[in-house]
Amino acid sequence: MSVVLEQIFQVGFLAAIIRIATPLAFATLGEMFSERAGVLNLGIEGIMLLSAMTGFTATSLSGSLWLGVLAAVLTGALMGAVHALFTVALGLSQHVCGIGVTLFSSGLAYFLYRLIFGQQSVPPSIKSFETLPIPVLSDIPVLGPAVFNQFSLVYMAMAAVPLAAFVLYRTPWGLSVRMVGENPRAADSAGVSVIATRFQAVILGGALMGLAGAFLSMVQFNAFTFGLVSGRGWVAIALVVFGRWDPWRSAGAALLFAFVDALQLRMQASGLGHIPYEAFLMLPFIFTIVAMAVMSRNAVAPSALLKPFRREER
Amino acid sequence: MPAPLIEMRGISKSFGAVVANEAVDLSVAPGEILGLLGENGAGKTTLMNVLFGAYAPDAGEILVQGRPVTINSSADALAAGIGMVHQHFHLAPRLSVLENLLIGIPGKSGRIDRAGGLARLREIGRQHGLTLDPDLPVSALSIGEQQRLEIVKALFRGARLLILDEPTAVLAPTEVDGLFSALRSMAAQGLGIIFISHKLNEVRALTHRCVVLRHGRVTGRVDTPASTTSSDMARLMCGHEIVPPARGPSTPGAPVLILDGISTSRHSGMALRDVSLSVRAGEILGIAGVSGNGQRALAEVISGVLAPDAGRMTIAGKMVSRFSPRGVQALGLGRIPEDRMTTGVVTNLPLADSMVLPRIGTAAFSRNGLLRPDAIRAFAEAQIKAYDIRCPGPMTRAGALSGGNLQKALLARELAFDPKVLIVSQPTRGLDIGAARFIHEKFLDMRARGCGIIVIGEDLEELLMLCDRIAVMYEGRIVGTLDSAAATVARLGLMMTGAEGHG
Ligand SMILES: Nc1ncnc2c1ncn2[C@@H]1O[C@H](COP(=O)(O)OP(=O)(O)OP(=O)(O)O)[C@@H](O)[C@H]1O
Ligand SMILES: [Mg+2]
Repeated sequence: MSVVLEQIFQVGFLAAIIRIATPLAFATLGEMFSERAGVLNLGIEGIMLLSAMTGFTATSLSGSLWLGVLAAVLTGALMGAVHALFTVALGLSQHVCGIGVTLFSSGLAYFLYRLIFGQQSVPPSIKSFETLPIPVLSDIPVLGPAVFNQFSLVYMAMAAVPLAAFVLYRTPWGLSVRMVGENPRAADSAGVSVIATRFQAVILGGALMGLAGAFLSMVQFNAFTFGLVSGRGWVAIALVVFGRWDPWRSAGAALLFAFVDALQLRMQASGLGHIPYEAFLMLPFIFTIVAMAVMSRNAVAPSALLKPFRREER
Repeated sequence: MPAPLIEMRGISKSFGAVVANEAVDLSVAPGEILGLLGENGAGKTTLMNVLFGAYAPDAGEILVQGRPVTINSSADALAAGIGMVHQHFHLAPRLSVLENLLIGIPGKSGRIDRAGGLARLREIGRQHGLTLDPDLPVSALSIGEQQRLEIVKALFRGARLLILDEPTAVLAPTEVDGLFSALRSMAAQGLGIIFISHKLNEVRALTHRCVVLRHGRVTGRVDTPASTTSSDMARLMCGHEIVPPARGPSTPGAPVLILDGISTSRHSGMALRDVSLSVRAGEILGIAGVSGNGQRALAEVISGVLAPDAGRMTIAGKMVSRFSPRGVQALGLGRIPEDRMTTGVVTNLPLADSMVLPRIGTAAFSRNGLLRPDAIRAFAEAQIKAYDIRCPGPMTRAGALSGGNLQKALLARELAFDPKVLIVSQPTRGLDIGAARFIHEKFLDMRARGCGIIVIGEDLEELLMLCDRIAVMYEGRIVGTLDSAAATVARLGLMMTGAEGHG
């Protein structure tokens, strides 16, 4: 085990944690906004995949990375709007619609990808973002190169956490989001449009999920593959619970998960070879299940989560 | 007389086949407190929801200071200066007082305007004696404080007309005094107030004028409530005389329920401390006290939901060894819980299902592990008829029933099985006088047939009328028990503040 411990405090290991945590942080914050407004978005897995595809495609066709990011964000927002249309405007089951969005988005992603790129023996790739060292800060030993010599999307994720907390807790809109997630009737009778607020929160959530997808295809893998998301969306849903619907805690949960994931990658590589690698792969998920079981006991979900709002019902 | 602040003309509103309001005219002048009276289901709440923009009327118009306005949402109503305190509060328990207050209020340079909110909160508090701690979560507030918050919320938004839908149903008598003085102070400043209540003595004490609704129509107006008798008002509401039932002398038998030194811990509210009491067959025992002094724990112990840490309980001569709702029920206990909607019925299931729920496993309603839907339906139908429960039928969603009808249904469900002991909490909360009388008569019937009844309540006049003896609870103890012949509202009120009484 000492081999493992040695590895933990290496620049590469810390950087790996940050890199794994980034898409999870975007996705978790996105899901959190949606759920805080009372809308569970099980479409997250598919939305991430579709956004990863559109982002990759836009960059691949235009050569501009930021255009790709924009495409991914817009895709996420659009799919968020679709989910909101069914669950908020029409009041349909959030479970069913969410799974529908995931199935539809995944199918569409595969279909469009094949349509645009055809079947190629070598999958097309793009030239990824390059790391952007932050002056001074990146000179701090160990921490500097790991945390402050990163991709701009990583910095965006770092900024997104305090920003999300500010928006949620300090702005009138954030208060409206929390209120429609706790007691939509109270928001309605205070003159806040429940439908509009929920739409906005789910669309913002979708846009953040789009960023998560963009990071996967444009930074982490530089390519679009069908297994690109591989359950990260579902993990984000668990992390929201683990993080008790709070931006800081959710980001913390994402970091913790990333730590376990990075650890298992190292363990796979570090000569514990007699154990089948699948055993290591399971580690982060076992961690998630255990953490959920322990933490979710006293976690309280937004009271109006899953409940559609209809004004004239009593 | 000053020009009306608000005028409603010819308002009609139906829900499917149910006509809730029909051609209703109503107006409120500045500084006027208008009482809105009517039986359960008369359409009071619906009419106010139309005024507040929660429901769209089918016909009619609303004028604010003489000008017609369209009110399509609560936002429109608030903009027109109309605020409403609902029967069930519209608050988010996990958010703070200030957050609940500032919801929907535009911020200052993009942020929630905390300082401005605090200043206004203090100002309103000073003006009308409505003080609140801004940073407490709403879940930590008493019901009275939550209501205060709702009123402050309306004033905060600049309401010139305040609608209060049965505000006193949830308050202790002392809290009612505080509310009334705040309302009078607001009226003195020129606010219009619409006050809904089933308690006619309150209506007579507070309001300047009354409008009576019946089956959705205005059937009467009272211009001088203070000098109109309660029974005259009751006649306008129900269309016939309401005579209070007379409690004849009784000949109590052997004790049917004995609590001996019951103490509890681990209770979210006030725990019980060494509570002993007994109820005899054919006797009604009242439990008076300001709510939150252990009444809920007492009801839960007696109905088997909460196991005490110490003490013994005996029902009809048999000691309760294992506390469970089914166990005490098998010994002959019937129970009508305090909150009809959450612990009384399953609001989304048909009424018939809720009416048999406590006994769903018995031979009457299931056989070989399967339900007998016909038997369940027949039972519900019979009870609906016997108790005149107004609803489209046994398969109606329970949550759609009005409060009074729901209470009748729960009463029917318990009484059908001839309990030896019946425990009820706040039996007539939110019920109109007619429905309340009906419930009272049923209790007295049961008493005559040898049932022992415990009534937990805050309405002292009701307890004095109904009960043979009244025990007063304070901080989890019974501080004294009075024969109701010797009890007065004043004496009970004093004991409720913790002063010792003599048994
Ligand atoms: N949202 C709704 N959907 C269907 N029917 C309704 C709805 N709201 C009210 N009703 C019906 O309209 C009628 C009037 O109800 P309303 O709640 O206005 O009575 P109320 O006078 O306030 O009675 P209470 O004194 O019990 O509060 C009742 O028959 C009720 O069942
Ligand atoms: Mg009502």
